[in-house]
Amino acid sequence: MHPKRPLFIHIAASLLCAMLLSPQIQAGEAKPMAEDPIVEKRLIHISEELRCLVCQNESLASSRAELANDLREEVRKLIAKGDSDAEIKTYLVERYGDFVLYRPEVKPLTWVLWFAPFILLGLGLIGMAVYLRTRRKLPIQRHGLTADQRRQVQTILNARDNP
Amino acid sequence: MIIEIGHFALILAACVALIQGTLPLMGTWRQDGQWQALAKPTALLQFALIALAYGTLTHAALIDDFSVKYIAGQSNTLLPVPYKVASVWGGHEGSLLLWVLMLSGWTVAVAVFSQRLPLPMVARVIAVLGLISAGFLLFILITSSPFERLIPAPADGRDLNPLLQDPGLVIHPPMLYMGYVGFSVAFAFAVAALLSGRMDAAWARWSRPWTVVAWMFMTTGIALGSWWAYYELGWGGWWFWDPVENASLMPWLFGTALIHALMVTDKRGGFKAWSILLAIGAFSLCLLGTFLVRSGVLTSVHAFANDPERGIFILILLALVVGISLTLFAWRAPKATLGGEIGLVSRESMLLANSVLLVVATAAVLLGTIYPLIIDALNLGKLSVGAPYFNAVFVPLMVPVIFLMVPGGIAHWREAKLQSLARDMRLPATAAIVAGAAVWLFTDRGTALTGMGIGLAVWVVVGLLVQIADRLKKPGRIAPSFWGMHLAHLGIAVVVVGITFVKGYEEERDVRMAIGDNVTIANYDFTLREVTVVDGPNYKALQAAVQVFKNGQPIEVLRPEKRKYFSSSMPMTEAAIDYGWFRDLYVAMGDPIPGDKQQWAIRVYYKPFVSWLWGGAVLMVLGGLLSVSDRRYRNTKKTLAA
Amino acid sequence: MKKFLIPLALFFVLVVFLAIGLKRDPKEIPSPLMGRVAPAFTLPTLDPNAPAFDPQQMRGQVWMLNVWATWCVACRQEHPLLVAFSKANQLPIVGLNYKEVQAQDLQQGTQPDTAQTLAIARQKSAAWLQRFGNPYAVSVFDLDGRVGINYGVYGVPETYLIDQAGVIRYKQIGVLTPEVLTEKILPLVKALNAS
Repeated sequence: MHPKRPLFIHIAASLLCAMLLSPQIQAGEAKPMAEDPIVEKRLIHISEELRCLVCQNESLASSRAELANDLREEVRKLIAKGDSDAEIKTYLVERYGDFVLYRPEVKPLTWVLWFAPFILLGLGLIGMAVYLRTRRKLPIQRHGLTADQRRQVQTILNARDNP
Repeated sequence: MIIEIGHFALILAACVALIQGTLPLMGTWRQDGQWQALAKPTALLQFALIALAYGTLTHAALIDDFSVKYIAGQSNTLLPVPYKVASVWGGHEGSLLLWVLMLSGWTVAVAVFSQRLPLPMVARVIAVLGLISAGFLLFILITSSPFERLIPAPADGRDLNPLLQDPGLVIHPPMLYMGYVGFSVAFAFAVAALLSGRMDAAWARWSRPWTVVAWMFMTTGIALGSWWAYYELGWGGWWFWDPVENASLMPWLFGTALIHALMVTDKRGGFKAWSILLAIGAFSLCLLGTFLVRSGVLTSVHAFANDPERGIFILILLALVVGISLTLFAWRAPKATLGGEIGLVSRESMLLANSVLLVVATAAVLLGTIYPLIIDALNLGKLSVGAPYFNAVFVPLMVPVIFLMVPGGIAHWREAKLQSLARDMRLPATAAIVAGAAVWLFTDRGTALTGMGIGLAVWVVVGLLVQIADRLKKPGRIAPSFWGMHLAHLGIAVVVVGITFVKGYEEERDVRMAIGDNVTIANYDFTLREVTVVDGPNYKALQAAVQVFKNGQPIEVLRPEKRKYFSSSMPMTEAAIDYGWFRDLYVAMGDPIPGDKQQWAIRVYYKPFVSWLWGGAVLMVLGGLLSVSDRRYRNTKKTLAA
Repeated sequence: MKKFLIPLALFFVLVVFLAIGLKRDPKEIPSPLMGRVAPAFTLPTLDPNAPAFDPQQMRGQVWMLNVWATWCVACRQEHPLLVAFSKANQLPIVGLNYKEVQAQDLQQGTQPDTAQTLAIARQKSAAWLQRFGNPYAVSVFDLDGRVGINYGVYGVPETYLIDQAGVIRYKQIGVLTPEVLTEKILPLVKALNAS
């Protein structure tokens, strides 16, 4: 009998319990990746309208590319500094050009882009109205059967009546 | 050796396609029945030859023949068998071979299922399809042959892009191509109608089932692509307005317009020229899509080949096919006769509005997709057009289209009384307004936009229920196409509900988790239990086990992974999803976070009603199926020969 | 019946645009910094004992700023050309080492400070330049990439030509080729030196 063994076992058991229980004790609510959720919300809002430059076609918000990470970090700094959304976008356009904007600005260069669909719709609806109106005035052509076709019909009908 | 047989078979197929494309057509001009009769056998022969060629390529993939350059680029010894089969269409050259295989398959289908059609018509349709096929076959043989050899053969292939090693690859492209190619049949019918000068209701009647089936495949392909992006890319997005996605959406929109316009041409003989134009347009958009994706003019996550030489060839093919058909249209369409009377308020005018709206929506998507290209070509700089533009423009255009589903179904042909229409729409309108207001005002985070979305969906659903109830009161058999229409419209409403709820109410938490940490969304709790290393057939993965609780009860363990494929340096995220009828729970694993405590970046999403997006698509396809099963398309009585 | 020709006409316009588009590279983004003064910065150099570098120090001469990193595979491609170019011409080249220290260089689970990161960066690039040749009059370190952002850097390598007044005159996106050097850069240098 070793007097130490029971003590050792007790200590070992306590340690084991502590190890098993500690995740529950130490674990808790997972912390958000973002340092500041309010800044983060604005970041997402702004970066959804910006393009990831190294990706093939993704917004800055969703891209996981390294440059995208860096640019998001930059935007966070600007938000913390107190810049407005427009100022932040201008900051990036100054460095990367219009291409960085995922939502194209409404300026003379993009008037066609933004307004053409609705102008087209207007034209389409007007055209439709004009078409429907003028159509009613046209005589309706009625298709008659040619003599040949009449004979063919008769042949078929005769065949049916006489199995 | 076998690959060379395949190559030779494809060359023969191109020759047969040229014969198929010319002789039957000349037969119709010369009134030569024998030449016209060449259409069906040449179609069958072409299919057999292309199938042989395709078979040799698949065979090479299955036996790991890396002396074939294409297989070496797409496949790998460690690749599981289904992906070896799918790798055949994983790259540019092979996917084009799949395209022509399907085109020849559809041509055979037309040859087999057109017993009722007069021979000259069949001859023309098959000839047009033959010419298109010849164009693609020449493109493949001259610029994009999958049969090239790689000497010396590498010991192992480069492997399929890890993003593509997924069941989605096995089914999404084939479905999509079936749709793209299917619209060529509608196109061929339209061109045949122009050539024959017979642009009457009969043409529309014959063309309708083919168009609907193509549309069904297209819907399936787009929905599968969206679903695949959703679960594969790792952050639960399902539509990005990527140029390649737009390339599939545009023909779908036109195809929808075509299906509706054909109803008028079929039943009332109206809109003949318009239907033909829509059919030409739908297929042109398919070809345009092919060009955009494979020529390198646009940046896209999907871009296949960025080869200007190939781009030139496709552009020439596009210019010829569409240019010639539009010239034919300008020449012949004016001779199309007018159909029956159309009142200002009538089913026809509603369907016309449907066409106008869908065409404008397509134009908007096209404009947004190629605007950067136009600005660059004019040397005005570089700008980009992304999702914010498309969402802002497309949604307002689609709302009236969906709205019109109800009056369009209720209105009578020829003349609809505004008063009775309004009376019938009272119930759907009330229900819609009540539902929309309730969602806006009484749900947490409800907005006017979400209210409108739900209101629109309720409008459609109550509207179709009212129509069904009214129809059931009347005597007589109800045609399957009636159910088909309402089922398809129901599908759209379901998709609208899905989009509204997901966009309006989804939640995301981007957190750092250590073992035992938890995060809560709605009444779901996610706890990280453990992180282990897992070995896959051709990858090694870090797998997290996340226990999900609902209201305290454990319901599921989700296992997201971060995979490192042996053949690639890109790490891949495999999200874990708990699918549900009314919500999806989505967990994705990020990188381990450097620091003294073992932590990982984990993203957790709560996506309400997201499966209604794909569920709605299923309903649409079923609706289409019911429509084509209608007996009048299977009427075996012979029509009068032209 | 002219209206039936409208679809054909529209299609023709579309094809023309697509044809022109085939000649363009959609991924190439021109720099909005052309013709503007090169953004200021102060960054440490390869030599720990030397003072920090500022582009102001280069006023009065035409010079090149080459953005590179040892992890950049394409930079290796253009490097021999840069080395030869530096020997043959009197044009000083400043190397902007971009985000040299990556996650895999750091020990798992540690958070190094700036001094440590700089030391690692200096060590890695010194070894690399020793091995492949050093064309740079000065080498500076942009560890977190913020100077790169100011210059609109979105990929590596990139090269800027800056004139005597500190104005950016040319930006090369991607690898430098002999053609670009002889056809674009050298003539520009000559013109700038003459004025």
